[in-house]
Amino acid sequence: MKLTLKIWRQKNATTKGELKTYPIDGVEGDMSFLEMLDVLNEGLINKGEEPVVFDHDCREGICGSCSLQINGEPHGPDRLVTTCQLHMRMFNDGDTIVIEPFRAKAFPVIKDLVVDRTAFDRIQQAGGYISVNTSGNTIDANTIPINKHDADESFNAATCIGCGACVAACKNASAMLFTSAKVSQFALLPQGRIEATERVLNMVAQMDKEGFGNCTNTGACEIECPKGISLENIARMNREYLSASLKG
Amino acid sequence: MAILSSSIARKVAMALSGLFLVFFLAQHFTINITSVIDPDTFNSWSHFMGHNILVQFILQPVLMFGVVFHFIMGIVLEIKNNNARQISYKSFKGNKNSTWVSRNMIISGAVVLAFLGLHFYDFWFPEIIHKYIENNPLDPTRYYPELVHKFESPVRTGLYCLAFVLLMLHLWHGFSSSFQSMGWNNKYSKALKGFTKFYAIFIPLGFIFIALYLHFNQ
Repeated sequence: MKLTLKIWRQKNATTKGELKTYPIDGVEGDMSFLEMLDVLNEGLINKGEEPVVFDHDCREGICGSCSLQINGEPHGPDRLVTTCQLHMRMFNDGDTIVIEPFRAKAFPVIKDLVVDRTAFDRIQQAGGYISVNTSGNTIDANTIPINKHDADESFNAATCIGCGACVAACKNASAMLFTSAKVSQFALLPQGRIEATERVLNMVAQMDKEGFGNCTNTGACEIECPKGISLENIARMNREYLSASLKG
Repeated sequence: MAILSSSIARKVAMALSGLFLVFFLAQHFTINITSVIDPDTFNSWSHFMGHNILVQFILQPVLMFGVVFHFIMGIVLEIKNNNARQISYKSFKGNKNSTWVSRNMIISGAVVLAFLGLHFYDFWFPEIIHKYIENNPLDPTRYYPELVHKFESPVRTGLYCLAFVLLMLHLWHGFSSSFQSMGWNNKYSKALKGFTKFYAIFIPLGFIFIALYLHFNQ
């Protein structure tokens, strides 16, 4: 397969970037998108050029590191997959593929296709946890009966890998799907209820502080999320937030 | 007072003001449809609305506030949202994951706002002048002829119909979205969403029907 890649190149956070064109040949349909970029980089290195910098780690869709806007969609044209799971068979011979970093004020570009997503870490640190005694007196979680529906919903929310596709897809660069998944996974469980009020208030405050946009319910985040995190989580977070605010 | 400044509070404020306007729209439609069914009823209801102290001096200012608040909050949200992505994508395929209507509420909203300007010019300002500046004597039969007269013009009738189509698009996303913003999610959500979509089509189509009926039955 012969392709034309238009890739965002940016030297560092302070310089201006631009799309640069790279022709690539010999791409196999069974290659993953990142493997295709590996081939491109090998060629660039052999020619003495600087390789394209992009984020990756596990390459099996669970770490949330790979974060590319491919032909106008986060993680590309396939659904429920991350960039590393996107196969080149999704493209046709002769295609032009535009590859950009995830764009948001809260996700500044570090270099080329790598963005700083530590804003998500700070949101998580603001309340995305439960305080458990780990000094040896920890109570086994299974001793507390949990409704099956709630347990499933909580698990579904917890599958969010924090890749940032929701922010990238949203026309407002809103982080509400991510934040709501992290709020929901605890709000649905008895262990998470104890700190629920502070959690939602603090996490939403941090989300706003990071400069993410407001949700306008377009639903783009849910469609583009590689883990299928539901918009219901945003409704739940809104409920939790209103209730917490009224409490005080 | 985090609730007054947070993104979720702004969403809820937008939703509540929108729901208030949706409720008002249903009331407005109920009165207007009587102009097609029975002009006398239209005259009598219009006279009541135009002279009832509660309606004129409490509900009307509240309505004005609701419209202005919804408009200003819409602009504030748009500016904040644009600031959240200062460098645009070279390639952004929003149509792959969301509807045009949901992404362009500011456009449909701006058209509806422009229509409100025309609507005020046509009905509200003349009414205020008639009642409070010229101090004309009470005439409970004047409303229907005035309404019919306004729809003589095909241009005005066309503009009204166009505005109602944009209102339909605005309601199509906005009405159901307001419940999501307020955290509504239960076993009735699907039925409620169905109702909001029905309302979004029925009410603007009803207004278009009234405008065309009055235009073609001069």
